[in-house]
Amino acid sequence: MVEEEGFRRYVAHIILWIGIAIVAFPVYIAFVASTQDNALIANGQMSLLPGGHFFETYYQTIFVGTSGSTREPVGNMMLNSLVMALLIAVGKIAISIISAYAIAYFRFPFRMPIFWIIFITLMLPVEVRIYPTYKIVADLHMLDSYAGLALPLIASATATLLFRQFFMTVPDELLEASRIDGAGPLRFFWDTLLPLSRTNMAALFVILFILGWNQYLWPLLITTRDDMQTIQVGIRKMITTTDALTEWPIVMATAMLAMLPPVFVVVVMQKLFVRGLVETEK
Amino acid sequence: MQKQAIFQSRLLPYALVAPQLAIVLLFFYWPALQAVIQSFLLQDAFGLSTSFVWFENYLDLFREPAYFEAILRTFFFSFAIAVSSLSFALLLAVMADKPLRGSMLYRTLLIWPYAVAPPVVGVLWIFMLHPSLGIIARYLRAIGVDWNPLLDGDQAATLIILAAAWKQISYNFLFFLAGLQSIPRSVLEAAAIDGARPMRRFWTVTFPLLSPTIFFLLVVNIVYAFFDTFGIIDTMTRGGPGKSTETLVYKVYSDGLLGGNLGSSAAQSVILMVMVIVLTGIQFRFVERKVTY
Repeated sequence: MVEEEGFRRYVAHIILWIGIAIVAFPVYIAFVASTQDNALIANGQMSLLPGGHFFETYYQTIFVGTSGSTREPVGNMMLNSLVMALLIAVGKIAISIISAYAIAYFRFPFRMPIFWIIFITLMLPVEVRIYPTYKIVADLHMLDSYAGLALPLIASATATLLFRQFFMTVPDELLEASRIDGAGPLRFFWDTLLPLSRTNMAALFVILFILGWNQYLWPLLITTRDDMQTIQVGIRKMITTTDALTEWPIVMATAMLAMLPPVFVVVVMQKLFVRGLVETEK
Repeated sequence: MQKQAIFQSRLLPYALVAPQLAIVLLFFYWPALQAVIQSFLLQDAFGLSTSFVWFENYLDLFREPAYFEAILRTFFFSFAIAVSSLSFALLLAVMADKPLRGSMLYRTLLIWPYAVAPPVVGVLWIFMLHPSLGIIARYLRAIGVDWNPLLDGDQAATLIILAAAWKQISYNFLFFLAGLQSIPRSVLEAAAIDGARPMRRFWTVTFPLLSPTIFFLLVVNIVYAFFDTFGIIDTMTRGGPGKSTETLVYKVYSDGLLGGNLGSSAAQSVILMVMVIVLTGIQFRFVERKVTY
């Protein structure tokens, strides 16, 4: 651009660094708190520099847990969150890709009504149908189970739409060719379509993993046993209403650990993440 | 759009859609229907008998001033979150769109909050602004602000809005950046040659061309403020103090689970569903328009 030199460029750098500082500050404070002594924090005398309790706090957080509010070690909560996130991401991709395949590559009675039935679920977020869904899961005896955590969240209209859209761009010649090779619909799906969808699936996986890992309201409702708790629910239970009992260094260490996997995925898979995000919104 | 080359099979397509359909019917439609039915029923205090009361639950809701307050509050929160987060994200995106050294690094350092879960966002912010131990609260008191969001409703609301807007910056930033990068350079250069200064170029060229993105993000942010702030509110204030941070979604939760008032909670769910349908409809109208551009 014509006048994009010197001074203006410095201003841009400065504004961006201020933005980054604002975005990073809460996390920095959380990290600092997780390395300091609880008594110091409770007195409101926390310093802005990391303290010497890093290993001690994180060891206790991961393997022991708090001594009061929830006695579950955070390592176990992370495992639950991981299982839930993986089940949701893989499950959503699996059932969406096969239903998109059916809708794109077959003509069958009720094809469009079925498509619309799936599509309309976009308008029924879990928050608005929360109690009846809870009741169904309870009736199916799936409370406090991985199935109960994942199954009700596994349908995905956006993923179905996305795969259908993608299949529409796959040239017809491919199908003709594999038909000449004697391949049936399942063979074609497995040998041709799935490999072609790899990048789409990967981009979607990044988004859906984060979505699953960050679930809160649903696990909050359907898990009653401490050992089935996810990390998002666990962290909320650690903040007790009477301040004196909250073990802040452990809470902050838990916050750091809860952030680690999704933030790692976003930063490492940046390209795929941005692609997946922009695509799912369309 | 239809594919020309297709497979012939009688049962296979049904088998392929069956899992998705089963889950959708069992966990989406059936509960939604239950919510609608429940909203017409009134249960006595002990849950022993229920009677069909037509629109009684809805009428009760609209007679209840607290519900109107929750509606107003939710819209106010949504508006405040969307405006603050969008404007800040736009500023950052405009800066990051310039040909700067290290722009990839800036991008990486700005997008990660997207991945932070709402309850964790709540925990981070309540800790910083906790009246007795928060590090920012300390400075606020030092400059003479009587800061206590645990007692003061307005301060609690401010806290929720700040935290929720903070989380949404990265998402808005990404979409703004994508929008800015799709604006043809030649248009901006033409304006520059015509003598338009950078500020003027922004308001007369960039901003209007960005307006579809802004509108899209506005809708997404409102949906976000409606639903995804639940985790933030629940960890930070639990709807309090008083009811000063209770949004519509939080009210469904607290009336139903904590209050045991299922009929009212269901009626609120149904009203929310209608709102979501409207918002989603707007979103799709917009997306369709964007596709045909």
